[in-house]
Amino acid sequence: MTVEDLQELAEKEQQRQSGKKHRILYCSAAGCVSCGGDKASEMLKTKIKERGLEHECEVIGTGCMGLCGEGPLVKVQNDNTLYQNVDESAAEQIITSHIVNNKKVEKNLCDTSAPFFASQTKIVLENCGKIDSESIDEYIAAQGYEALAKAVNEMQPDEVIEEIRKSGLRGRGGAGYPTGLKWGIVRKAQGEQKYIVCNADEGDPGAFMDRSVLEGDPHRVLEGMAIAGYAVGASQGYVYCRAEYPLAIERLKLAIKQAEKNGLLGNRIMESQFNFRIDIRIGAGAFVCGEETALLQSIQGKRGNPIPRPPYPSEKGLWGMPTVINNVETFANIAPIIRNGSDWFSQIGTEKSKGTKVFALAGNIRNTGLIEVPMGIPLRKIVFDIGGGTEEGTEFKAAQTGGPSGGCIPKEHLDLTVDYESLATVGSIMGSGGLIVMDSTSKMVDVAKFFMQFCMDESCGKCIPCRVGTRHIYGLLDKISKKKATQDDMVLLEELCMMVKETSLCGLGQSAPNPVLSTLRFFRREYDELLQPVEMYLGEPGTVVDFEK
Amino acid sequence: MSPADQQKHPSGDNRFKLLDRAITKHQGRGDALIEVLHVAQGIFGYLENDLLIYVSHALKLPISRVYGVATFYHFFNLKPKGEHTFVLCMGTACYVKGAEQIQTALEEKHQCRFGETTKDNLVSFITARCVGSCGLAPVAVLDNAVVGKLNPADAAKRVEQWTNSVPEVVS
Repeated sequence: MTVEDLQELAEKEQQRQSGKKHRILYCSAAGCVSCGGDKASEMLKTKIKERGLEHECEVIGTGCMGLCGEGPLVKVQNDNTLYQNVDESAAEQIITSHIVNNKKVEKNLCDTSAPFFASQTKIVLENCGKIDSESIDEYIAAQGYEALAKAVNEMQPDEVIEEIRKSGLRGRGGAGYPTGLKWGIVRKAQGEQKYIVCNADEGDPGAFMDRSVLEGDPHRVLEGMAIAGYAVGASQGYVYCRAEYPLAIERLKLAIKQAEKNGLLGNRIMESQFNFRIDIRIGAGAFVCGEETALLQSIQGKRGNPIPRPPYPSEKGLWGMPTVINNVETFANIAPIIRNGSDWFSQIGTEKSKGTKVFALAGNIRNTGLIEVPMGIPLRKIVFDIGGGTEEGTEFKAAQTGGPSGGCIPKEHLDLTVDYESLATVGSIMGSGGLIVMDSTSKMVDVAKFFMQFCMDESCGKCIPCRVGTRHIYGLLDKISKKKATQDDMVLLEELCMMVKETSLCGLGQSAPNPVLSTLRFFRREYDELLQPVEMYLGEPGTVVDFEK
Repeated sequence: MSPADQQKHPSGDNRFKLLDRAITKHQGRGDALIEVLHVAQGIFGYLENDLLIYVSHALKLPISRVYGVATFYHFFNLKPKGEHTFVLCMGTACYVKGAEQIQTALEEKHQCRFGETTKDNLVSFITARCVGSCGLAPVAVLDNAVVGKLNPADAAKRVEQWTNSVPEVVS
C-alpha cells in the first residue's frame, strides 16, 4: 500500500458513498444494541429489501452518536436527520415515510440544534455516527491512515514526537502525563525491543468512553498506536481490553485483520522499513489492571499486582523493555494531531489542558450519554446546557468525576472549568471521563461507602495500607451510616484516609480515600447528622466517665 | 498438530482437544495463561482443580501460579454456575438509579445472596462493576441479554420466567 494507493482507495470509496441516494446509519454500539437497536436495524434492512431499494440505499452500523438515553438512534445522513427511540415500527416508518415519500417521522425526530449536539467539539468521536464501524474503506475515505502515511513517509521519528509534544496532549487515562514527554523518554531508553500498549481496561464504573471509541472507530486507535511505534522505535503493540467488552474485542480483531490485509499493519508498512504488529490481550475482571504496572503484569500472564515506580514502564515495562502505555482516548487523538498539526490542537482548550475530553454523562440527568467537549468548559454548561439539567422535580446536588478515585463537586463550584488543574483544586480528578450527576436522593455517606466498597473489593492485596486500610475505612463508613459512630470515629476516619492516601503502593490505594475526603469537605453535615449525640457516651451531666475502661 | 496434541485425554473427554488447540495457538507460552484460562472456562463452564492442573502442565507453569491467577481475577469461576445467570450492574450510574434496591429485593425473594447460586442450582446472582451501558441505568445482564431501565418488580418478573418456566414475556 503506497500513499497513492491510499488516496485512490479514499477517492473510490468517497465516490461510492456519494453515489448512494440514502445512507442510513444506525448506532451499533452496545448501548443501543441492548435496547432493541438490533431489531430496529433488521427492520430497516428488511424494508429496504422489500422495496427493492438496495442499489440506492444502504443501511450501516456506525459508532456511538452520543444520546444513549434516547436510543436506539438512527441517522439519515443525506439530510442530516437524527431519529431517537427507534423501535421496529419507527424503523419501518423511516423507510416507508421518510425514504420513500420524503416525509420525516415527526414523533421520533431528535433536535440536533439542541445544546447537547451543538455545544460539543468532536475530535476523538468525529467518525462515530458517520462511518461504518466495520469498514476500513470508510475509515480511509474519512482521511484514515493519512497521518500514518505522513509520519512514515515524510517525518522523522523525532519530528513526530516533537509534534505531539508541541500539541500539549496529556494522557487521557486520568493522570494527564504529557504524552510527547513519555514518548521521548521511551525513544531514548535502551532496549532491544520496545512496546506500545493501549490501556483499554476501562474499569471505572460509569465510564464507557473507551468502549464507544473501540466499538465505533477501532482503526483510529490502531493508527495512533502505529504512529507511536514509528516514533519510539517499537515493532510490537498490545491492546489490553477488558473481557467485559466482547463487542469491542470483536471489532478490534476485525480491524487488525483488515489493516494487515491492506499493508497498514505488519511488515513493511506503506512500503517502508517500518514493521509494526498489534495483538490483543484480554483482561479478566480486575479493576486494578487499569493501573499501568498491574496491566503489564497481566499481559505477562501474572496476577495484577502493581510494582513500585521508579523504574517507570517508559524505561522498564513489558518484559523489562521500554514501553509506551497510553489510554484509548490518548491514541485516538494522535492521527488528527499529525494530520492537522500541533497548532490546530493547541488552540483548543486551556493553557495547560489542551484539546477535548470525552465524558460519559450519567446518573440523574436528562441527557445521558457520551459527549466530547473542549477542555476548560464550565461544569455548569456540561450539566445544565448539554446535559439538560436534572429530571423534573429534582435538584442538582453534586457531580462526581474520576470514578472511585475522584471526588464530588457541589453546587457552589458549578462554575468550575473542567481541566486537570481546576478539578484538583476541589479535591477531584479528571479521571477517565465518567461524570455522574447526583440529586438530593443521593446520601453522600452512602456514596462514599459505595466507592470504598468498590476499592476494598478491587484491592490487589499486596500492600497493607490499601488491603487493610480500605477495609477499615469501609467499616467506619458502615458504622456511620448505621448511626453507631461517634466523633472519635470521625477523627480515626480522617487519619486513616490520609494514611492510606500517602502510603499505598499504587494509584488505586492512593486515590481510594478521595471520595471520602471529598464528601467530608463539602458534605460534612451529612456525616455529623448520623453521629451519636455526645450525651450517649458521656452519660448524664455530672457523671464521672472512666476513659480507661 | 503434533502427535502429543492428537492424544486423547485419559478421561476420553474430547473437549481437551479444543483446549490443546488454543494452547498451541499461543505456542504454549506461559504469558498466555489468562487467554488459555478464558478458553478453558468457555469450553468447560468453570475451572475445576483438574483443569487447572492440566493447564499448568501444558504451559509448564507451577500449579501455584495458575491457581494464583485463576483466583485473582473476578471473571474466572472455580465453581459451576447455575443454569441461568443474573448479572446486576453495580456501577456508579446504576447505583445512583437504584440498583441496590433491586439487589435487596432479589436477595430477599430468592433467599440467595449476590455472588452465590440458588440452592436448586437454577440461578446464579452476580454483581458486575460496570457493563458500560450507563445511559440505560439500572442495567442487568440476563444470560447474555442486556436489559436496561430495570426496577425491582421488573427484575423479579424476569427471574420468575426462569424459576417458573413461564413463557417469555415480551417486553
